[in-house]
Amino acid sequence: MLDSSTNAAAGTLVSASRRRRRARDRALHGVVPFLLILPVVAVIGVILGYPLYWLVKLSTERYGLFELIQHKGVWVGLDNYRSVLGDAVFWRTLLRTVVFTIANVALTMVLGTLIALLLVRVSSWVRLVLSSGLVLVWAMPVVVAVQVWYWMTNFQNGVVNYVLTELHIGDFFQHDWYATTFSQLSLTTMLIVWGALPFVVITLYAGLAQVPGDLIEAAEVDGARSWRIFFDITLPILKPILLILTSLSIIWDFGVFTQPYLLIGQSKITTGNYLMSIYLFEEGYFKSDFGRGAAISILMLLIVAALSVVYVRKMVRMGEASA
Amino acid sequence: MSAPRRARRARQAGWDAVGLLVFAVMVFPVFWMISTALKPDDQIISETPTWLPLQPTLKHFRDAIERPFFWEDVKNSLIVVLATVAISIVLAFLAAIALARYGFSGRKLFIVLVIGIQMLPQAGLIIPLYVVLGRYHQVNALSGLIITYLTFVLPFCVWTLRGFLLGIPKELEEAAMVDGSTRLGVFVKILLPLMGPGLVATSVFAFITTWNEYIFARVLLNDQSKQTVTVWLSYFLGTSKHTDWGALMAASTLTAVPVIIFFLLVQRRVVFGLTAGAVRG
Repeated sequence: MLDSSTNAAAGTLVSASRRRRRARDRALHGVVPFLLILPVVAVIGVILGYPLYWLVKLSTERYGLFELIQHKGVWVGLDNYRSVLGDAVFWRTLLRTVVFTIANVALTMVLGTLIALLLVRVSSWVRLVLSSGLVLVWAMPVVVAVQVWYWMTNFQNGVVNYVLTELHIGDFFQHDWYATTFSQLSLTTMLIVWGALPFVVITLYAGLAQVPGDLIEAAEVDGARSWRIFFDITLPILKPILLILTSLSIIWDFGVFTQPYLLIGQSKITTGNYLMSIYLFEEGYFKSDFGRGAAISILMLLIVAALSVVYVRKMVRMGEASA
Repeated sequence: MSAPRRARRARQAGWDAVGLLVFAVMVFPVFWMISTALKPDDQIISETPTWLPLQPTLKHFRDAIERPFFWEDVKNSLIVVLATVAISIVLAFLAAIALARYGFSGRKLFIVLVIGIQMLPQAGLIIPLYVVLGRYHQVNALSGLIITYLTFVLPFCVWTLRGFLLGIPKELEEAAMVDGSTRLGVFVKILLPLMGPGLVATSVFAFITTWNEYIFARVLLNDQSKQTVTVWLSYFLGTSKHTDWGALMAASTLTAVPVIIFFLLVQRRVVFGLTAGAVRG
């Protein structure tokens, strides 16, 4: 090998050229990661950065259909923000969305944890059946799930009314599930929780594998009750995963659009059952009031950004650690 | 059989029964969709439901396919999905290598960007995207939808591929470098084959996300012949009073089938691998 040459003259020559190459390598090494991320940064910068700049600009302008065609808005300062923040519908929608989000997230996390614990208890063939079923549900496109929900809860031939009546839970003959706001939003919650459970259950089940079995056995031998074992051993180990899943669910459910928009149906959407995304869609896009819509968007983005801080910080720390 | 053992057996059977009950409740909507799609009309609208389609018919599937714009919109979906996935995977793989293998200044900022974008509520961006894309004649054009999807699929792919890359020991590449391989050689001969499953898994997930997307497609594509299949399905009911439930469920099944097949194909490795990777602390 040339490297181990003992010839003094050749040695100095080799080491000089090697030094140069190493220096070049180091310089290259410094540039390589930037070259690697350049395409992604460029794409995101252009396709997201530019519209975000426009979002801020639009929110200070009167920008309707006329201005859209003219390609030019009229500067109005903070009027759009004043109009939104002075709108009782905005505050009612915000409150409704917060309550809706809390209900969705609480149901998702509690049911998700229970099913994940169940997955540990059942025989292996039941585990295979149940987890395959969960994956099947996970794979269902949201728009498809909405149609199926709509059909199952149809007042005339919906299977839900039939089953509830047969089970003697009450008389649901031709019961209209879309009659009240509460009922509409409850159906939406069920749809969202149903769709979110597979991801939550399977992630938590993976997390439960980290719970040391001998620790639980030892606790059982010592006569600890199962709820004690859950709260003292299982829960602390699951805590980081639960935290991530909860913050993700909060962010997703706060901004949810497709399920409520399509399930409640455009004809039945009123200011009385708005959620934040729908408020934004109807007031900004549907009414072609893009300036005001932009102001609503910014307020919504700020709220979600505040909600995301915990999650993003945790994930960034993870990403940093694994360098 | 001793008494405690019998008690344990009974308890196990109890848990199994609960497990199967949960399975039945969760899967029922999927079952009901397929069952309705296959049943003749009189069974669909009878007072007492028919659970199993014992006289299956393909009539509803024919009706669904013959609806206007079905094939156009399937084609649109495929174009948008394939273009988005292909571009995303290539660009994201490069960025993922940078994240998983290099330390560089601005790395943290880049991670914040990648994670943060995935948290943006999509509804919050429809207004500026609609206005900006309109200025460049990208509204009602598939290309406009593709570049919109890129911004959301790219960060997801970067983060997921980074997770898969971290699972491949650095030492393999270092050993090859010592043996005189070039950077490109290491990439082609070692990283690419080992990343095969990760690339497939990430592509499938990107495929599914893009295929299922609704709000951007709804806002950015107005022409019925230009829409994607999820928007087509959302308009299926229309305004008619007598809903053709059979055709609607057949159309729903057709929309879901590509996704379900892909998902089930890769589920074992991917689903559990992805979630494990996503929360690995």
